[in-house]
Amino acid sequence: MNVPDDLLYTESHEWIKREGDNVRVGITDHAQSELTDVVYVELPKMDGQANAKEAIAVVESVKAASDIYAPVKGTVVEVNKALEADPGLINREPYGQGWIFILKIENADELKNLKNAAAYKKQIG
Amino acid sequence: MSEAAQRRTPLYNEHVRLGAKIVPFAGWLMPVQYTGIVDEHQAVRSKVGIFDISHMGQLIVEGSGAREWLNTMLTNNIDKLDVGTGQYTFLLNERSGIIDDLIVYRIDEQKFLLVVNAARTDEDFAWLQEHLKEGRSPDRPGGWKAAAPCKLENRSAEFGGVAIQGPRIAELFHTLFGDDVDLPPRNHIVDLPFDGTNVSVARTGYTGEDGVEVFFRTADAVIFWNAALGKGKPFGIKPCGLGARDTLRLEMCYPLNGSDLAPERNPIEAGLGFFVDLSKPNFIGRHVLLQTKENGPREKLVPFRMKEKGPPPRPHYAVFQNGERIGEVTSGTLSPSLNWGVGMAYVSTSHAKIGAQIDIEIRGQKFPATIEKKPLYKKS
Repeated sequence: MNVPDDLLYTESHEWIKREGDNVRVGITDHAQSELTDVVYVELPKMDGQANAKEAIAVVESVKAASDIYAPVKGTVVEVNKALEADPGLINREPYGQGWIFILKIENADELKNLKNAAAYKKQIG
Repeated sequence: MSEAAQRRTPLYNEHVRLGAKIVPFAGWLMPVQYTGIVDEHQAVRSKVGIFDISHMGQLIVEGSGAREWLNTMLTNNIDKLDVGTGQYTFLLNERSGIIDDLIVYRIDEQKFLLVVNAARTDEDFAWLQEHLKEGRSPDRPGGWKAAAPCKLENRSAEFGGVAIQGPRIAELFHTLFGDDVDLPPRNHIVDLPFDGTNVSVARTGYTGEDGVEVFFRTADAVIFWNAALGKGKPFGIKPCGLGARDTLRLEMCYPLNGSDLAPERNPIEAGLGFFVDLSKPNFIGRHVLLQTKENGPREKLVPFRMKEKGPPPRPHYAVFQNGERIGEVTSGTLSPSLNWGVGMAYVSTSHAKIGAQIDIEIRGQKFPATIEKKPLYKKS
């Protein structure tokens, strides 16, 4: 499984990329492989506020619906509209065109609670 | 249940070797998918796919009273069966609720094979055994004085099985069994020699495609599986998991016991009265079914299709009509053939009209859908 070294991770299989005051969030290669064919994505509400570990989006495969969580406290400033037409982007490019939303974060210190690539690799075995 | 307590079919190692994703299902460790549900689903619709169904149960009822006794235990009329044919039928409780749906084959004049759901095998066996001892059903006033003159055996552990399904089944069948061997007609079962052993081949399935189910001794499972995969290669065969099995059956509106069928539901509510012969003088559940038929069922199982592209429906989502709650979804998915959300739901009978507009509540939001005719998917 691909676990890029330059990203942060959550236990619930989101990846996080720091972009200044914002973080870009998606689900990991491992997560998309476990979920299998993604057929629908319910994107977070624009300008919505979320606490860390709050469910703000839903990714649905043929078999099941899975919640996607805000990795840290923040406000949704951008969502990946391309997923509405092509949810399979999450399977094909989990770290690229398959990103899900961007949060403007309040406290960069919270990022310290997230896992680095090595810790996430250990989690998924 | 812990993983250690889960049973493995004789094909378990083959699934692992093929890279299947394994999940616990009905007490068994089963492949849910190999390459992907959509991919496997399409293989069955356009070419051919093979499923491990070794987890399903095989019960044998044999003896001079087998036919008459089974006719008091099952809803369909066994007298319609010639030797070598089978029928879909139900095992009901006294309240006419569904314990199991199954296929019963008459494999000899006085010998019947019941192919039952994995999750219900032990329960079915215990239920049948209890009633066999009594020698009568509640609907049979006289009955036998002692146990019914037949024996019941659970042979599940001795047999494995596969379903081979898809439009290219006939070609694959002849490659496996020989050009001069006839494919059994629909709902027929035949014993055929295969590689020094014997297998039973039934022309049936759970996908809506032409196909067979093949049963063999546990020891022969790996040989048969690999032969079918090897010889199926030119026809584009794919190993398929429970995920595709579920989407394929749902497109056809075939019910899944535990989801669409339950001990609180009867075959008439489920829209499967065709497989109940109420003209039979007695079988367990008949009295209540007669009442249901007379008064009409309170709820009905109906197929539906979402009106817009959106989140797929799922089991337990609430169903509304004009703001009134009228039922609940029992099966739902994104149909890979239609690339559209479809499902089945129990709704109150007064609302269960084909073409009726309903709403499915998904995460607090209502999405419009239409009640459809069976099946949800028709081959073009």
